[in-house]
Amino acid sequence: MLIIKNLHATVDGKEILKGINLELKPGEVHAIMGPNGSGKSTLASVISGNEDYIITKGEILFDDNDLSELDAEERAHLGVFLSFQYPVEIPGVTVTNFIKTAINSSRKATGKEDLPAAEMLKKIREKAKLLDINSKFLSRSLNEGFSGGEKKRNEIFQMAMLEPKLSILDETDSGLDIDALKIVANGVNKLRDKENGFLVITHYQRLLEYIIPDYVHVLFEGKIVKSGSKELANKLEEKGYDWIKKEIV
Amino acid sequence: MAYTEEELKKELETKEYEYGFYTDIESDTIPVGLNEDVVRKISKLKGEPKWMTDWRISAFKFWTQMKEPDWSNVKYKKPDFQDISYYSAPKSKKKYDSLDDVDPELIKTFNKLGISLEEQKKLTGVAVDVVMDSVSVATTFRETLSKKGIIFCSISEAIKEYPDLVRKYLGTVVPFKDNYYAALNSAVFSDGSFCYIPKGVRCPMELSTYFRINQAGTGQFERTLVIADESSYVSYLEGCTAPSRDENQLHAAVVELVALDNAEIKYSTVQNWYPGNKHGKGGVYNFVTKRGICHKNSKISWTQVETGSAVTWKYPSCILKGDNSIGEFYSIAVTNNFQQADTGTKMIHLGKNTRSTIISKGISAGKSQNSYRGLVKIEPRAKNARNFSQCDSLLMGNLCGAHTFPYIEARNNSAQIEHEATTSKIGEDQIFYCNQRGIDTEKAIALIVNGFSKEVLNKLPMEFAVEAQKLLEISLEGSVG
Repeated sequence: MLIIKNLHATVDGKEILKGINLELKPGEVHAIMGPNGSGKSTLASVISGNEDYIITKGEILFDDNDLSELDAEERAHLGVFLSFQYPVEIPGVTVTNFIKTAINSSRKATGKEDLPAAEMLKKIREKAKLLDINSKFLSRSLNEGFSGGEKKRNEIFQMAMLEPKLSILDETDSGLDIDALKIVANGVNKLRDKENGFLVITHYQRLLEYIIPDYVHVLFEGKIVKSGSKELANKLEEKGYDWIKKEIV
Repeated sequence: MAYTEEELKKELETKEYEYGFYTDIESDTIPVGLNEDVVRKISKLKGEPKWMTDWRISAFKFWTQMKEPDWSNVKYKKPDFQDISYYSAPKSKKKYDSLDDVDPELIKTFNKLGISLEEQKKLTGVAVDVVMDSVSVATTFRETLSKKGIIFCSISEAIKEYPDLVRKYLGTVVPFKDNYYAALNSAVFSDGSFCYIPKGVRCPMELSTYFRINQAGTGQFERTLVIADESSYVSYLEGCTAPSRDENQLHAAVVELVALDNAEIKYSTVQNWYPGNKHGKGGVYNFVTKRGICHKNSKISWTQVETGSAVTWKYPSCILKGDNSIGEFYSIAVTNNFQQADTGTKMIHLGKNTRSTIISKGISAGKSQNSYRGLVKIEPRAKNARNFSQCDSLLMGNLCGAHTFPYIEARNNSAQIEHEATTSKIGEDQIFYCNQRGIDTEKAIALIVNGFSKEVLNKLPMEFAVEAQKLLEISLEGSVG
């Protein structure tokens, strides 16, 4: 589903990604771990199409589409979703209105009619319940005055609504207390099936106790330096990133 | 209502005369230039009584002594008042034979706004066949209003048919001495609308929903007078979301509202005059004086969505004369390309326990300049007066400007005045966030702008609000690269 080949990318002229190779198949959950500044969030931004990041070499294929040729919204229409590390505020636009606009934009792009209001409402109720979101929350302005936990829960709510093929979770665990973390992880797990893939970016192993990955990759200085199973995450937790650094040198 | 086709046609023809904004009585055109004779001639052509002619002449004489104001934050080439024709008979409706002859860009915009084909024809001046719908609407409309004793007609007609009412109130809220353009308008106004709601009557519909079509051809110097008698209520809609490609460069309207004891007037405007092209060429100068007076326990609420005109200079105001009266001003002003807007309000608190609310949302894009200018004045007798003002500006890009000029004069120490102001910019991070969710950039901007303007959009009557939202989208199209 997602194939990344020798990906190099820069931001503000500085090379951050220095040759990433990765293949993610439907149904798989891959975790990307690594110390601060290793390029984890850059990878998420590049896949999702943030124009501040420039691909200088290599390619990203998604279901045989060359993503580098597509705008961010076109990638979204193909089913690429990014749960932002820092979701932005849009004052005056309710959570409901925003998700409605997003869903209907994608439907329009794929030649479908708007989702009828009754179906939209039903879906919103169903997914809100899944993430323990109440109706008052749905009428609030998007991310405005939200706590860290509410912002992340809202990201996962949008993911549940949009039903993407590939979900990239960028540090979704940061700023979450243990209860919120469980709700979010539970939401993700309910959406896992053999069709969808997840790329879980995290600094800590904690999230991976709730979202069990099939593969763990360690990113360091713009390259994947080690890949393995869930055990690798445990080892990192135990020994810290210094262990990896030493191993490379 | 069993009409025959013939009767329908006839009914519609006469109705255009009776209920349209334009009376097709004269075909003379006065040559360009302005002097006392021209003013007399206008009055005569319109068949006005002597008191009206005298009033126009006094206004004209006063105007000649005045200087064009230059205190607003706009730059433009001053109009040559001797190069304008102040009266021409209404243009023959038929300008084109079919919609195919009309500028396709204009048609594209109409379609985006969801304006029906028949309406498009009327707006662009294409000859129209009898429209069944309009006839039934107009008939029902007229019957409902007259049953309640409501008068709604052109001001020219009102001057002839209801001279006592017009004479009693015309110029009482905006005297011709008020300002340069009010004086000019008083001297030469071509036409406009008149509305009277009798005591205790609640007007059962939004006035002017039907007349929207006719208003596209509004003259240069429009005059509106709305009187809500004691304990009455009216919601009045003015303007048109369809772009008005008027050749007239200068528009100087005057609107006067009178809310007698316990009455309420809600006045909503959507203005979309031609703003000039992308390079700042052409476009309408819109210099308007709008003011309402509130008597005891009454309320006047102005809501405006301003997206058009090259230069806008407009301050819908309230004189809160009666105790416990309420004034409100809700405004969205959008400027793009080279547009300039200097708009706001004046809330003059004279009575006790008077309250006013000001919510102003300015959106600037391109190389435009958008200014809010507002005065809150608390006079010595206005005990316990309260005001709340909120002025928010939204900027798009790095080349536009937003300015706020709040003036506060409090002469009674029991007054409570609050002023809040914010300035924000549409961020690339907001756009990317929307893009990532599958929303393209134009739609993302529309979403953000609508969110920003929500408090004001909510004040518009439902149907108008939907149109206004679309209009905001269209006005900002192409403003982000």
